[in-house]
Amino acid sequence: MTETNIYFDHAATTWVKPEVLETMMPYFKDKYGNASSVYAIGRESKKAIEEARDKVALVLGAQPKEIFFTGSGTEADNWAIKGVAYANRDKGKHIITSNIEHHAVLHTCKYLEKEGFEVTYLPVDKDGLLDAEQVREAIRPDTILVSVMFANNEIGTIQPIAEIGKITKEKGVFFHTDAVQAVGNIKINVDDINVDLLSISAHKFYGPKGVGALYIRRGTKITSFIHGGAQERGRRASTENVPGIVGLGKAIEIADLNIERYNKKLLELRERTINEVLNKIPYVRLNGHRQKRLPGNVNFSFEFIEGESLLLMLDMKGIAASSGSACTSGSLDPSHVLMAIGLPHEIAHGSLRLTFGEENTHEDIDFLMEVLPGIVSKLREMSPLYEAVVSKERIERGNKNV
Amino acid sequence: MYSEKVIDHFMNPRNVGEIKDADGVGQVGNAKCGDIMKMYLKIENDIIVDAKFKTFGCGAAVATSSMATELVIGKTVDEALKITNKVVAEALNGLPPQKMHCSNLAEEAIRAAIEDYKIKKGILNDTTMKQACSRRCDDVQAEMNDHDE
Repeated sequence: MTETNIYFDHAATTWVKPEVLETMMPYFKDKYGNASSVYAIGRESKKAIEEARDKVALVLGAQPKEIFFTGSGTEADNWAIKGVAYANRDKGKHIITSNIEHHAVLHTCKYLEKEGFEVTYLPVDKDGLLDAEQVREAIRPDTILVSVMFANNEIGTIQPIAEIGKITKEKGVFFHTDAVQAVGNIKINVDDINVDLLSISAHKFYGPKGVGALYIRRGTKITSFIHGGAQERGRRASTENVPGIVGLGKAIEIADLNIERYNKKLLELRERTINEVLNKIPYVRLNGHRQKRLPGNVNFSFEFIEGESLLLMLDMKGIAASSGSACTSGSLDPSHVLMAIGLPHEIAHGSLRLTFGEENTHEDIDFLMEVLPGIVSKLREMSPLYEAVVSKERIERGNKNV
Repeated sequence: MYSEKVIDHFMNPRNVGEIKDADGVGQVGNAKCGDIMKMYLKIENDIIVDAKFKTFGCGAAVATSSMATELVIGKTVDEALKITNKVVAEALNGLPPQKMHCSNLAEEAIRAAIEDYKIKKGILNDTTMKQACSRRCDDVQAEMNDHDE
């Protein structure tokens, strides 16, 4: 269909870097031992897992004993929230989170509400930003956990995690952050930001899918998540995904090594795209905070058009992107994040998210800017909403001339 | 997820635009739901001689609008009223299940435009109209929830 193949959806997932894949390969076939076995190839697997754990710990400024491998970022979120809730239910039943969390957090909280827990969903401002003082005010004597995402997956807004961490530490409440979108993009040290639990996912930083990790600060009261064998110190049973864990370790090591260069590169692409889209296309707004946002994230709303149509037309040109439109979510409601920042439904339906990554170049942005204005105007020509605005403008202009 | 025919009608929609002196105009859906379809009909001697549309919506909404205009042109008013959402979807070689409500919109847009024509002609009075336009997001949402359960 098309020769072009531009991937602007790195927040959805990334490709696996060749050097990551290379380190994983031996653990599929030659070094297949079960890490719980006593013989040589078993011990080899065990060693590889512990090396990966050391790498994750080093990057996050944690102790290796505080890193637990999981099957995904979603699992890490589930474990952190349910685990702390169940282990501390004698102390209290109140949890605080925000209304723009990923569904892995929001739906877990909804589930806990059915289990008798009380959840406060803090609202965010028009840029998707939470005020740390809101957290302080929401904390009650029976609050056991605060869970706020590090950076939003849709609009890219980065939350004041260190400020919130100071407050939760002072108040003696456990603090979890879903850092799935942040790790690999932002340098994180768990002590600097005072978090007790932090979720990560390998496939967001050029590692494999199906593996994540949860950082659990020593002394955090939490129940085990999967019951069975003694893996992950009895906290998360099941035979370890050795190639996946090795891949996660290698991927986070590379990401950390390159973080400054990567950040600079993404920022350049982000700033250029924001400036050009806002300048060249009328009736468009940027969603999310102008500065406090992920270096590779842009999210626009194009008025009078619908997001899925936009994605299909971009796809026809060979560009892969994402939208918060209802039609892409499988329900009739647009994204809860876009609703939470106060967008009217019709504006939320017309959103476009582009998330940049390692292989993207300025030529990719050149091509985007070559095709996007035309696609937007083609869809607007077709839209009865645009027709109404254009004729109104025509009348106003006519009146002025008289 | 879309058939080639849907993609064709989306990328190259037929009969986009307005008819200035249309005999019937119908608009259904709303911006809140994320889809609005506006259909213009030119009717001579009870036969639909031209149809145009403007649509705000997803790929399926645009493709069903395009197909609906193709289907009504050349038909009598009564024949056009027999075009159901199923007929439109089948003409497009099917739609994904979660997109079937878009084909409802096409059926309703045809009906709304014909009702408008009949009112203008004095065949219908005001009280019987507006039925086609009464569909709301909530109804569709409820229908979708039913499917889930």
